[in-house]
Amino acid sequence: MNLKELIPQKLQEKFSHVKFEFLDYRGDLSVKFEKEHVVEICRFLKEDSDFQFKLCEDVTAIDWAKRKNRFTVVYHIFSLKHNFRLRLKADVDESDCTIDSVTPVWKTSNWLERETWDMYGIKFNNHPDLRRMYMPEDFQYHPLRKDFPLMGIPGSLPLPKKD
Amino acid sequence: MPKLTKNEVHPKIIEALLGADSDITVEDALENEMILNMGPQHPATHGVLRVLLRLDGETVIASVPELGYLHRGYEKMAENMSYYEFIPHTDRLDYLSPMANNVAWVLAVEKLAGIEAPPRAQYIRMMIAELARIASHLVAIGSLAMDVGALTVFLWTLREREKILDVWDILCGARFTNSYTRIGGVANDAQPEALAKVKWFIEQFDENLDECERLINTNRIFIERLEGAGIINSADAIEMGLTGPSLRGSGVDFDIRRAVPYLRYNDMDFKVVTFTEGDALARYFVRADEARESAKIVRQILDKMPAGEVLLNQPKKVLPHKTEIYTKMEELIHDFMIVNFGINPPEGDIYHAIEGSKGELGFYLVSKGEGRPWKCKIRSPSMVNLQSLPHMIQGQMISDVVAIIGSIDPIMGEADK
Repeated sequence: MNLKELIPQKLQEKFSHVKFEFLDYRGDLSVKFEKEHVVEICRFLKEDSDFQFKLCEDVTAIDWAKRKNRFTVVYHIFSLKHNFRLRLKADVDESDCTIDSVTPVWKTSNWLERETWDMYGIKFNNHPDLRRMYMPEDFQYHPLRKDFPLMGIPGSLPLPKKD
Repeated sequence: MPKLTKNEVHPKIIEALLGADSDITVEDALENEMILNMGPQHPATHGVLRVLLRLDGETVIASVPELGYLHRGYEKMAENMSYYEFIPHTDRLDYLSPMANNVAWVLAVEKLAGIEAPPRAQYIRMMIAELARIASHLVAIGSLAMDVGALTVFLWTLREREKILDVWDILCGARFTNSYTRIGGVANDAQPEALAKVKWFIEQFDENLDECERLINTNRIFIERLEGAGIINSADAIEMGLTGPSLRGSGVDFDIRRAVPYLRYNDMDFKVVTFTEGDALARYFVRADEARESAKIVRQILDKMPAGEVLLNQPKKVLPHKTEIYTKMEELIHDFMIVNFGINPPEGDIYHAIEGSKGELGFYLVSKGEGRPWKCKIRSPSMVNLQSLPHMIQGQMISDVVAIIGSIDPIMGEADK
């Protein structure tokens, strides 16, 4: 059976209480669900013998600026068994800017989630080491948010003091 | 070396260092533990990588890599410029194989826009991507050897790389930051001189690489420094998200050219090189053999390369030739529209990855139907590969840290974006 049919079928079977949205665009299959279920779905996709999505390639987020659910966290995972790439999406609202960390499932997501926290300010619950990835730790803003200006905010990065 | 004070290291980093499990026991180790700062200005860290090491004597107990010293915010910049304008910026990601980045970017944009380059352009792209891989692996081999003290090899491999840079020079007029590919094709057709130069290079390459390898493969110091250093087994390597030569050095047969073929890699006959040891030496062997396989692919490309156009005829998405802009009204209008308003791919999101020289180089693009990407995420192999560094250097001697960083071959321009 084609994996593009098998994944929706098995996911709906296993998680009957979750509302899924499936989209096949330009050959990429993406699955959207509520953020509460992210860890259990990820663990299932990784450990199920039919899928074995063992490689987590990427974690990032999209800032929609004016939409109701402002952010969408996006995961790209890959199955070495089937050579198949799957995209997972979960909406995160600005008023509750958190999502559970998938670090217990894939260790790779550790730094990738740190980067997402740094750039978008989305907190990952139960993350073992949620520091900023690129910006200095005492930086106030999250640069990839749409309301952060391209030129930066003057004075937000203090220069080293002269002795 | 001046001592680090608590004010210079953020408390959270100290916490991460001290929080790491330290059940490693070393017989007759020195009793004093210390925290040592390595980099960012350290020649052996291949750029501006900073690693904080917690040492017991000379043994690394825990380590925390710090990134971001070269962070230029390319993802933010990509959101504020058209798809065409970002091509030169991809050169600055992995600056040792800019051509491969150009190819990765235009392939992603083409997937988003739903267009495909003509066959000859695809073959040219494949050729430059493979030559870029050879160039990058040559630097990786040379600098790894230099990191462990063998200076001559570095000069010899760079001599070989110089020949590839000469090919770039003929092909697109630039040696380092090429920006040669265009959406829907390449900037100009490969000249006969460029192809002749590639052919000449490929013919003499195997022998010259053998020569470089003979210098170090039988060198006891080189082998003993790398053998058993930074071992990572295949399960851990996948768990840590390693890709590219570092993953194949751990015995995982994963190459995107084979797994999810793009361009015309389906028609090419090549072997995915794997070694099972998972140490720094295995990663070095993978790179050397992969360079040979790439040379094999380039040879096939030269034989099979079809004639024809190198730029797609698709006026709404692809910039027309300069001569046509000056002589035809319609082309002038399209040129004006593309330069000013962009190519406006339909609403949607795609992810496209190629096998870069360091690993999986992917671009995740989200379009809202505008001329600029709404979001661009660079999945850089160097950054994800570096994540396994603490795992690899735990329990190793401090002098091996340098060799292990060299064997992962991170490029900070790409890791820091």
